[in-house]
Amino acid sequence: MSEEKHHISSYKSHLLVLLALLILTAASVAVTSVEMGAYNTLVAMLLAGAKATLVLLWFMHLRFDNKIYAIFTAFVIVLFLLVLFVTFFDYSYR
Amino acid sequence: MEKNAEHTSHVHRDDEADKLGMWLFIFTELLLFGMLFLMYAVYRYRNPVAFQLGGEEIDVVIGVINTVILLISSATVAMSITAIQRGKKTQALLFLGTTLIIAVVFLVNKYFEWGTKIEYGFYPGGEALLELGHGTVLFFGLYYIMSGIHALHIIIGIGLFIYVFQQIRAEKIHKTDYVWLENTGLYWHLVDLIWIFLFPLFYLIH
Repeated sequence: MSEEKHHISSYKSHLLVLLALLILTAASVAVTSVEMGAYNTLVAMLLAGAKATLVLLWFMHLRFDNKIYAIFTAFVIVLFLLVLFVTFFDYSYR
Repeated sequence: MEKNAEHTSHVHRDDEADKLGMWLFIFTELLLFGMLFLMYAVYRYRNPVAFQLGGEEIDVVIGVINTVILLISSATVAMSITAIQRGKKTQALLFLGTTLIIAVVFLVNKYFEWGTKIEYGFYPGGEALLELGHGTVLFFGLYYIMSGIHALHIIIGIGLFIYVFQQIRAEKIHKTDYVWLENTGLYWHLVDLIWIFLFPLFYLIH
């Protein structure tokens, strides 16, 4: 069978990713009480983005799978960011 | 695709295609939620103060608890895949069972969270909400729609976990045939992924 070729993640690597995710969660809660004006949302989104990247690369296995999945995923994310950008371009200059 | 060619002769199975199909579904899901996030972004841009006031009504503690347990459940479902790949059936069932229990606990927390809100009149069309004005109505509308659709995904996830759990027990899913578990895992990580963004946008709004 072909399965022997598959990368098997260890329990330890899953637990390390979980630890990193929990630390980032704690950081995003902690940073909420720091007054940074508009940058609060930016920081919150950057932390969420870091967490999402960890989930995509390790838990969803993009790092080890056929690269086509990672390319498709990046394409979808870029598409979303483009739509967001165009929408705000529109709203900001009305 | 060279690795699939060798076993098409005896069993017709294509795990790679199954997984690709799952990913395509995940992309449609990302765009579905993406458009909701877009709506959120525009409405918040136009009603910054109302969104902040609305955010203050939302229980951070329940949000943190649900975030933490959902992250743990993402790790346990990933670990159940590792277990099945190693041929450890009991461990796989244990990890999957843990994930299932956490999914149920998440919904119970959601029930209490929404219950309290509804009790105080913070629901679409509720009196307390209408008094706060248009922007806050939009905020709570998005809160219920987005975390509601997310909760619906949790319920579907629970159904998938029960099915996969039984399949592992019946040895239909095993060391060399586990794409169902893998795709269920991918689905669950998607649910986690969406929550990762819902949590700061509704619970930690500043």
